[in-house]
Amino acid sequence: MDLFIEQTVSGLATGAIYACLALAVVMIYQAIDHFNFAQGEMAMFSTYIAWYLMDDAGLGLPFWVAFVVCIVISFIGGAAIERIVFAPISDAPVLSHIIVFIALFSMFNSLAGFLFDFTPKNFETPFGHTPFIEGVISSHRVGMIAVTLVMLGMIYAFFRFTPIGLAMRAAAAAPESARLVGVRVGFMLALGWGLAASVGAVAGMLIAPITFLTPDMMLGTLLYGFAGAVVGGLTSPLGAVIGGFMVGILENWMGTFVVGSQLKLTVALVLIIVVLLVKPAGLLGRVVVKRV
Amino acid sequence: MALLEIKGLKAYYGQIEALHGFDLSLEEGEITAVLGANGAGKTTTLRAICGMVKSAGSITVEGENVVGMSTEAIVAKHKIAHVPEGCGTFVRVSQEENLRLGAVTRRYREIEKDYERVYHYFPRLKERRNQQAGTLSGGEQQMLAVGRALMLRPKIMLLDEPSFGLAPIITEELFRILGQINRDEGVSMLVVEQNANLALAISKNAYLLETGNVAMTGPADQIMDDEQVRKSYLGY
Repeated sequence: MDLFIEQTVSGLATGAIYACLALAVVMIYQAIDHFNFAQGEMAMFSTYIAWYLMDDAGLGLPFWVAFVVCIVISFIGGAAIERIVFAPISDAPVLSHIIVFIALFSMFNSLAGFLFDFTPKNFETPFGHTPFIEGVISSHRVGMIAVTLVMLGMIYAFFRFTPIGLAMRAAAAAPESARLVGVRVGFMLALGWGLAASVGAVAGMLIAPITFLTPDMMLGTLLYGFAGAVVGGLTSPLGAVIGGFMVGILENWMGTFVVGSQLKLTVALVLIIVVLLVKPAGLLGRVVVKRV
Repeated sequence: MALLEIKGLKAYYGQIEALHGFDLSLEEGEITAVLGANGAGKTTTLRAICGMVKSAGSITVEGENVVGMSTEAIVAKHKIAHVPEGCGTFVRVSQEENLRLGAVTRRYREIEKDYERVYHYFPRLKERRNQQAGTLSGGEQQMLAVGRALMLRPKIMLLDEPSFGLAPIITEELFRILGQINRDEGVSMLVVEQNANLALAISKNAYLLETGNVAMTGPADQIMDDEQVRKSYLGY
């Protein structure tokens, strides 16, 4: 029973990370109708930036200063990617987008290795690794959950209650109508990419103290994030968050009690396939009907 | 000079020329009807004014040529509210948020009393202010679309088939309110309609489009009395 509680609680903590990535994926999916395969690598690169800001060999900033600066840099980077890379191909076929995603993926991956080398690095946590509740959860994992919840609350409030959040929702859901009321749709898309990159950066900085910082740290994590997004429904940000947490818990249960840790990653893939077969819209997603 | 002056307007969808270079003008404070069969270029004309299709020639609004300007800039600068065919409702947000979006280019503090202005014309919308807009009926969505346009405090309203898919009684009510808005607020309107009778009844002038050209133009009552027009477009 103790093991069950421990696994569930620690699943919640990793689930928080999946929830962040799932949310970032869904935010971009809503705007441009495609999965951003490079979301994880963007997050990984952001985490390296944070590491550079903090490390003594870099700028040696305190954690929370580096945390905020990294979020700002990631925001600008994400917005720049939209403006420079995606805006010019917004009318291009799906395949062009996918190729660009793959290109971004491999660019960030290699660039991180080239700039910071491939040896795993320790990533500091301000929460420490002491047990928070003995045998159940560590202080860092509690911090992960707390930071995630605060961030998700802020994003919800931003989209729900601010005029610019409303304009972003309108631009993503109905670009043509949005333009007709004077919403600067391109600007809103760039903002959306910036926000998604920031959310990813937070996820990266929270998971890195557990996985160590390497250029490949986000490969598995992003798969779980995708699974979370699919489970929750690609059209529902709230669903993506719930899906992320569910996948985190499920991963731990399956890994501990059913398939063993070797096959854990398979769980994410099986989950994606099962959801797409049984309920393609996900838990909270809408069924989207396209006229052809 | 007219508020909106179109000269030699051509519009293109890819290689295809949809408008072949005609003139059209809208005087300040007036309603002008644009009539014509399917494919005549009515919708394209409205879309060209808002910078949503590639076009050539000149479209002068308040003395400035807007051809080549972005839609967002035209809307914000010249206060042109386009009510698209099919309403363009933002279905997943509430009805009142739809109105809020209509005023997205304006300062937050100035718009508070404009909700009441919209509800004055469309009392039915007030009852449904928090309802998700996609669940409104067709008639309500059309009223919402006009209400959203009003939130811009527009100088010009472009209405694309406002009667489309509505019951006759609702259509009549809508046109009565459009006339009222025109009189009370001094909003100039360009109304594209298949229902020529209704459009001509509230319009001062009218244009008859035929495959990308103006086939006939004149005061609305003359157009209405023209025998050929009556036969082809009014059905009696």
